[in-house]
Amino acid sequence: MEDKKAVIAARVAKELKDGDVVNLGIGLPTLVPHYLDPSISITLQSENGFVGLKAAADSEEDAPYIVNAGGVPAGIEPDGAFFNSADSFAIIRGGHVDATVLGSLQVDEKGNIANWIIPGKMVPGMGGAMDLVVGAKKVIVAMEHTNKGKHKILKECTLPLTAKGQVDMIVTEMGVMDVTPEGIVLKEYNPEFTVEQIQEATEAKLIIAEDLKEMPV
Amino acid sequence: MSKVKKITKAEAAGLFKDGMTIMIGGFMTNGTAETLVDALVESGAKDLTIICNDAGFQGKGTGKLLDSKQAKKLIASHVGLNKRCGEMYSAGELDLVLTPQGTLAEQVRSGGAGLGGFLTPTGVGTTVGEGKQVIELDGVEYLLERPLKADVALIKGYRVDESGNIQYRGSTRNFNEMMATAADVVIVEAEELVPAGAIGPDHVETPGIFVDYILEGGAQ
Repeated sequence: MEDKKAVIAARVAKELKDGDVVNLGIGLPTLVPHYLDPSISITLQSENGFVGLKAAADSEEDAPYIVNAGGVPAGIEPDGAFFNSADSFAIIRGGHVDATVLGSLQVDEKGNIANWIIPGKMVPGMGGAMDLVVGAKKVIVAMEHTNKGKHKILKECTLPLTAKGQVDMIVTEMGVMDVTPEGIVLKEYNPEFTVEQIQEATEAKLIIAEDLKEMPV
Repeated sequence: MSKVKKITKAEAAGLFKDGMTIMIGGFMTNGTAETLVDALVESGAKDLTIICNDAGFQGKGTGKLLDSKQAKKLIASHVGLNKRCGEMYSAGELDLVLTPQGTLAEQVRSGGAGLGGFLTPTGVGTTVGEGKQVIELDGVEYLLERPLKADVALIKGYRVDESGNIQYRGSTRNFNEMMATAADVVIVEAEELVPAGAIGPDHVETPGIFVDYILEGGAQ
């Protein structure tokens, strides 16, 4: 699994452009900055109220005052800025975040995403996910292709939705897919798998890109 | 002459009554006025509706009011870090309203800003939209979300001057800044109390006109 995560995070990193404002979900997406090309610098947005998020706290003195969106002490870049939650979501909903990268339980060929409720389990709440998915210019779902063999990329999500028709791209350990009005287009594949194997692991019918490429792994 | 009054923790406790709606600033307790929450616990006021980003933790922040069973209803965006919240909800002991974080922030902002509501694309086509009016403008669907107001707001300031002007530190601003505008009674817990004007008009984040009471000496 660690290898899978690395493959996914490294490929997502290539989607980000110099100067992008990016919001990363918890878990796998937080690995993405490790794989950025050294020539590329991005600004991380933390939905609890700042841009310029750094993973580690700047000092023991600052630690109680600065936390990330998971409530864990974090730091801020010297050119970062703090703001309140209403301004933070004005940034998010207003289209000022270039990309958000997040995991998901299910995604479907209409770009619907379901990642906040697992039936039968206590619902933790959506936090900022619904706003992020609706507001970010580009929504990249970074996740394992299946849940231990069970399809996650579907014709239609069966779990309660986080948002309707918002997903732009799906990156898994098997390949890279664009969500288009025609359906899900497989544009890169991991050469460890055949296209047939990727289709088998996907409930939605994949459209194979004419210029299908190998995914860098 | 500022109308802002300095109060003790016991005096703060005397401001709370059964059935009140209370806003509590902070995000996962970062920027939560813990001494004021303690005062609310000591008041014993029950059947409270709490508006807070999250359920805090057991023994910390809003979590204290779940521990004490004073909260009847919680309006929040995320409660996953407080196991008791889930247990109370499952047992029917807590009315829980989960709201997208940006919607919650804007509901509080609208409450303080005198707006009747706002249109947001967040939550369209999800369970959040159930029972809400959908309004289509220029081909885009929006949910009509209504404002939130409270009887009392508990605010945490880093530096507070004697006129109630507040300066926050780091990411503690979060919901504090809007909540300070959206309640009938606003109490700020000052980490450091400074003379009137010592923050300086350029650096005041919450103008003192929003504040009614200052509780001195809330450490981080």
